[in-house]
Amino acid sequence: MSFLIEFYKFMMARKKFWLLPILIFLLIFGGFVVVTQGTAVAPFIYTIF
Amino acid sequence: MSYILGISAFYHDSAAAIIHNGNIIAAAQEERFSRKKHDSGFPKNAVNFVLDFAKISLSEVDHIVFYEKPFLKFERLLETYVAFAPKGFASFSKAMPIWLREKLFQKKMIMDYLKDHDKNFKDENKILFSEHHLSHAASAFYPSPFEKAVILTADGVGEWATTTVAIGDKNKLEIKKELHFPHSLGLLYSAFTYYTGFKVNSGEYKLMGLAPYGKPKYIEQILNNLIDLKEDGTFMLDQQYFNYSTGLTMTNHHFDKLFGQPPRKPDTERITQFHMDIASSIQKVTEKIMLMLAKSLSEEYNMPNLCLAGGVALNCVANGKILKEKIFENIWVQPAAGDAGGSLGAALAYWHIDLNKDRFNSTKDSMQGSYLGSHFSDDEIKTTLNEIGAEFTEMSEDEIIEKTANEISNEKAIGWFQGRMEFGPRALGNRSILGDPRSDKMQKNLNLKVKFRESFRPFAPSVLKEEVSDWFELSADSPYMLFVADIKKEKTQEMSDDEKKLFGIDLLNIKRSEIPAVTHVDYSARIQTVYKETNNKYYKLIKKFKEITNCPVLINTSFNIRGEPIVNTPKDAFNCFMGTELDILVIGNCYLEKNKQNINLKKDYKNKFELD
Repeated sequence: MSFLIEFYKFMMARKKFWLLPILIFLLIFGGFVVVTQGTAVAPFIYTIF
Repeated sequence: MSYILGISAFYHDSAAAIIHNGNIIAAAQEERFSRKKHDSGFPKNAVNFVLDFAKISLSEVDHIVFYEKPFLKFERLLETYVAFAPKGFASFSKAMPIWLREKLFQKKMIMDYLKDHDKNFKDENKILFSEHHLSHAASAFYPSPFEKAVILTADGVGEWATTTVAIGDKNKLEIKKELHFPHSLGLLYSAFTYYTGFKVNSGEYKLMGLAPYGKPKYIEQILNNLIDLKEDGTFMLDQQYFNYSTGLTMTNHHFDKLFGQPPRKPDTERITQFHMDIASSIQKVTEKIMLMLAKSLSEEYNMPNLCLAGGVALNCVANGKILKEKIFENIWVQPAAGDAGGSLGAALAYWHIDLNKDRFNSTKDSMQGSYLGSHFSDDEIKTTLNEIGAEFTEMSEDEIIEKTANEISNEKAIGWFQGRMEFGPRALGNRSILGDPRSDKMQKNLNLKVKFRESFRPFAPSVLKEEVSDWFELSADSPYMLFVADIKKEKTQEMSDDEKKLFGIDLLNIKRSEIPAVTHVDYSARIQTVYKETNNKYYKLIKKFKEITNCPVLINTSFNIRGEPIVNTPKDAFNCFMGTELDILVIGNCYLEKNKQNINLKKDYKNKFELD
């Protein structure tokens, strides 16, 4: 719950609402990726995340 | 009474720092405890250490500040992927599971880790988040000896910012302007680190060390193609040559075509003159950008003091150039300028900015020589040495200084383990390997037989503060080994005509000065000035060495081998001593000679650590 409140505050501060549908899409469909992928393999050379 | 715990983690160089009423109490990198170089995990050992050192439990900490803002970083990621779509799907599909499962919920993750430290810790509201570059700026300004200063931070990338300018005034700190991802000086340098076959986020030092062996032949190619550099030092990178925004490498085939070769494969390809010329070129471009930024900031803000932090501030050659040009009267660089220092900056930023607390003494460097890490008592050292079966002799401080100084002058390689461990990437005389800088063979021997690293890599000198200007073209303080300056002309030796014809690694064999082991091929040195106020024992050792040899300079390199984090405990030090060709180990006032140790305690050490 606290995550949602904080994310709401973040969205209100940054006002980048166009990112919201992408995030919702990712959370729903990305859930499958998370469930199906055993471990998160760190990228080999360099990551920006 | 207010304790603030700062944490940096989950990217590289995790660390923890604790401050009490604004005073820095302790700070350490996780890698020193986990023995995993650039450890990026939650710094549980470092947190344990700083809490133990402060003699408090986690529940007694008032605020816990993480060094960057995960939501903002996630926003940058999403926007970048959208901007480049459909390119970058491979990177996107690897990044999103990590973010959706863990990183987006970092507050909960941190909370869970903290509960492991202290079951009674329940207050989630104590966990706060600072901005990445604000943390860097705070780490550079608040411990500096300046009441007012311009603060320049530059690194790969934080949330959005890659370079920031801030103004610090007493306890106020305000970010004035920023350059944003993907336009990054740190990432430009890392792209060349990758291209020359070194590891990104750790091999940048090697690239800088390699640069003096080459000629800057490719400056025009870099400036005309890769970067749009403005007069004030701000810049944009042409993304068609880079792959870091969307791919899993730093550069792409356009970059290879521009310079005529693919990236060097470190396992199978040797370093050639081409790589040295590339290193020289990007180093010169970096210096040019830093100088232009410094000049424009000096003109715009007309302030005498400059503070630096962020990974680019570890480029001590560029720092030395800014100092030499006298653009600012005084420059102070945070010794833990990389992400580890963000832990300290996050804590300081919260204390001074959010809680609006004054600085105690804003005219004195409050980093305490950067000796902020773990410490072992004489009894703890003796107990450890006895447990592991080491043969040692306990001496008085004066005896040990005299004996060690004598052995250094006899060209012995010494492991020197004293007092509190350094915070930041440099060993500053408490976890150091020491040697005689006058020796012709010391650089090669230490590199190949002790450190097991590439022979081209230079060693740094430690010099008594009051003697620095007799030996180097430097009169300013350089307590953290973050400025490079030339060896004084009268201490250098002219090259013969035959020697002048040599190039590349062959330059290494020429004796260039009275202190050849710390004189790089371009007659420069990365200098540490030593003070009795911050490290009296090390100061006395160098002074004694001067009495014997008339030379107030020692070789000082970190106490580790290639790929290993700097030693943290007496046991780490003993293992490294036995696994290398170090001749003598001094831990506190305990003196150990290699030829008196049980040969069965020798270990295969070289292969224990992954090469960096």
